[in-house]
Amino acid sequence: MTDPVLRLENIVKTFPGVRALDGVSFSVMPGEVHALMGENGAGKSTLMKVLGGIHQPTEGAIYIGDDRVTMAGPLEAKAKGIVFIHQELSLAEELSVAENIYLGELPRKRFGRVDWATLTERTNAILGKLNVGFDARTRVGDLSIANQQMVEIARALTVDAKAVIFDEPTASLTDAEKVVLFDVIADLKAGGVGIIYISHRMEEIFRITDRISILRDGQYQGTVNTAETDEESVTQMMIGRQLDLSRNASHHQLGEVAIEVRGLSCGKLYTDISFDIRRGEVVGFYGLVGAGRTEIAETLFGLRRPSAGQILLGGVETQIHSPDEAIAHGISLVPEDRKGQGLVLGMNCRDNMTLPQVDRLASGPFVAEGEEIKIFDKYRDQLDIRTPGWRQKVGNLSGGNQQKIVIGKWLSMHPDVLIVDEPTRGIDVGSKSEIHKLLRELAAQGYAVMVISSEMPEVLHVSDRIIAMYSGRIIRTFRSEDVTEDSLIQAISGIGPGAQATEVA
Amino acid sequence: MAAMNRKDLGEFLAKQGILVAFAVFMIAFTMANQKFISIDNVFSVVRSSAILGIMAVGVTFVVISGNLDLSVGSMMSFSTIVVLDLHDKVGPALAIPLMFLMTLCLGAFIGFLVGYLRLNSLIVTLGMLSAIHGLTLTYSGGQNMDIADKEGTWFSVFGQGTALGIPVPILMFLAVAAFLGLVLARTPFGRKVYAVGGNGTAATFSGIRRARTVFTCYLISSGCVATAGLIQASRSLGSQNTVGQGLELEVLAAVILGGASLLGGSGTIFKTVIGVLILGFIQNGLLLMGLQFYVQFVVTWIIIILAVWLDIAAKRGKLWSSIA
Repeated sequence: MTDPVLRLENIVKTFPGVRALDGVSFSVMPGEVHALMGENGAGKSTLMKVLGGIHQPTEGAIYIGDDRVTMAGPLEAKAKGIVFIHQELSLAEELSVAENIYLGELPRKRFGRVDWATLTERTNAILGKLNVGFDARTRVGDLSIANQQMVEIARALTVDAKAVIFDEPTASLTDAEKVVLFDVIADLKAGGVGIIYISHRMEEIFRITDRISILRDGQYQGTVNTAETDEESVTQMMIGRQLDLSRNASHHQLGEVAIEVRGLSCGKLYTDISFDIRRGEVVGFYGLVGAGRTEIAETLFGLRRPSAGQILLGGVETQIHSPDEAIAHGISLVPEDRKGQGLVLGMNCRDNMTLPQVDRLASGPFVAEGEEIKIFDKYRDQLDIRTPGWRQKVGNLSGGNQQKIVIGKWLSMHPDVLIVDEPTRGIDVGSKSEIHKLLRELAAQGYAVMVISSEMPEVLHVSDRIIAMYSGRIIRTFRSEDVTEDSLIQAISGIGPGAQATEVA
Repeated sequence: MAAMNRKDLGEFLAKQGILVAFAVFMIAFTMANQKFISIDNVFSVVRSSAILGIMAVGVTFVVISGNLDLSVGSMMSFSTIVVLDLHDKVGPALAIPLMFLMTLCLGAFIGFLVGYLRLNSLIVTLGMLSAIHGLTLTYSGGQNMDIADKEGTWFSVFGQGTALGIPVPILMFLAVAAFLGLVLARTPFGRKVYAVGGNGTAATFSGIRRARTVFTCYLISSGCVATAGLIQASRSLGSQNTVGQGLELEVLAAVILGGASLLGGSGTIFKTVIGVLILGFIQNGLLLMGLQFYVQFVVTWIIIILAVWLDIAAKRGKLWSSIA
């Protein structure tokens, strides 16, 4: 057997309070396409940053061929033959293809002048290998995303690449463009280059890879031959168990209507929205991105003004002009963007959690810090938030624990209506099902819960009723026992029965 | 191994660099001139730092809220000139509250522009630096302002008096720093300032009124400026129109030196006071070494650059890096 081009041995990387990578070992053979899989937060991106010299491993070693290497930065990694094709492209749009490919190493003539003839010739030679339909002089900004990616790959070919790492390369490609990319990968493979291929898309993994290595919570779970496994067992390795995403069947005792919305509209964002949520009920809002769901939540929370319609809280029409008014009326919003809208990352856990009620937690002129710690402790225990203590900066916690801080922050306000927008985006599977369970429990305790989600299994799993939205309108309302995946998909795509906005509440 | 040590040293310097530099300065100055560490000299440094210090305490609020205030220097000239002028016209007892009111109006105006209209604070306060200067000159007609009866007024107590053997400016500095330090560290308002500066969007999503918080920070800053102007006027009982010129940079240097991040969300009043003292001792040390007074303008600039660099370095854990 030949020697691997790249070998990782027992890589450990720790950050304050987090063991991001814990004993990762695998190797990439020449001419092999090696998939790296894992849930969000499993440590894939940290591992790639270690490989790219952006982070130094706390323990362990990286070998290229037989040589143990340390890489102080991205340039050194590239010089040693490790090349990255990133998800987000890093090209200068105003420059030509040739300039982008040789940026920093442009061939020179005397007096520092660029040798354009040589540059064009060399670039076209590389582009020829890739079989693309543009040439060296094309402005990069004029190329499609797929072709820009080809420029990135061409850049990789200018060095003697030993290992090429593709990070979610097909995220923004059409099917036809994917075929071209896979051809290029096949060519690289034939040339003896080792390839690490990171993707969430099972179909691609099983189509082009030879072996699959799996990470879970920073730990290496093993490497399997693609031909000898199937989607189910890979998923099981990734999440550690079967994910319970059955449909919600239990309904809680319903109380009075906590919030009712009548004919609410907001410019072009959404139109004529009417629904109600009772105490003890979870109502899921399902639809495509841009269907207007988040905008409705923002309106209820006082961040947007409706152009028409009424909001009734406990049967009383209420005007909500700002988030602090919404909070005073018993509405809480766990926002979609955890880091951007939910948390002050540089602040500690306790201060983040008590932020909405800091005015009320006073003893004399000062914040009652003892009370704050009590609140934090209560929700840390209730939500099982894993942190060394309340002094820990929120930015150092994992995504799941961060989200629990945001949820704890809003539960501690004891709202009548709890709105959660994409509650499990970007967090690991374990925390995901904990949060699902929690949402059901909250309803049981008498909260009216509004869940906005783009994940169908999630909506099905937590909701008593599901409101399907398309293009700013409510298309249909389902009871959880009546809904089928087909009818739900049709409703959010604006096709099929119910497109006349029937209300089945 | 060697690489590891170098990295540790880098991290240490990045985090504690200012204190290390300060220690080296102090030792070097003391060795060059025994007088440097004497009680008299230390006292004189603290006293001459009081005006700068009070202003820096106010600007700390603004910086933690994620904004800048470059107008404090010319605003201090304004306060000084106004209180001196009013002293002879309406008497000191009325002149002082009137001057505070006028200065607070300037602060409120800036706070309105930055807080409520969400205009960039650098542009707004840089513009105000010049506009307030113009306002001061218009008010005074370009003339120096002097109190007619310099012997017979109790007004001199703020700048020249002592209580319990301690100069009043020092006492006022300590009182302002202690009071506002408590406000920032312990009150709900202080917490909101950190939240707004750390992540304004998240603060809004938590029901905090961001505009009002920023507005209040500028109000506090202008109140501190008025206090500083009072001491300045009282100390000399007469003044040029340009008495506060350039102070905005020194104030900013002290605040950054104390470790408040220009990106907002971090810093404390205590650290700012340390920053003020470090700046004061360095400037005093340079004078004792026989360097010209004007050298300190260059030194202040060097200190700002050093402090900003170390702030960024502490964030990324390296002294320099090719990526952000």
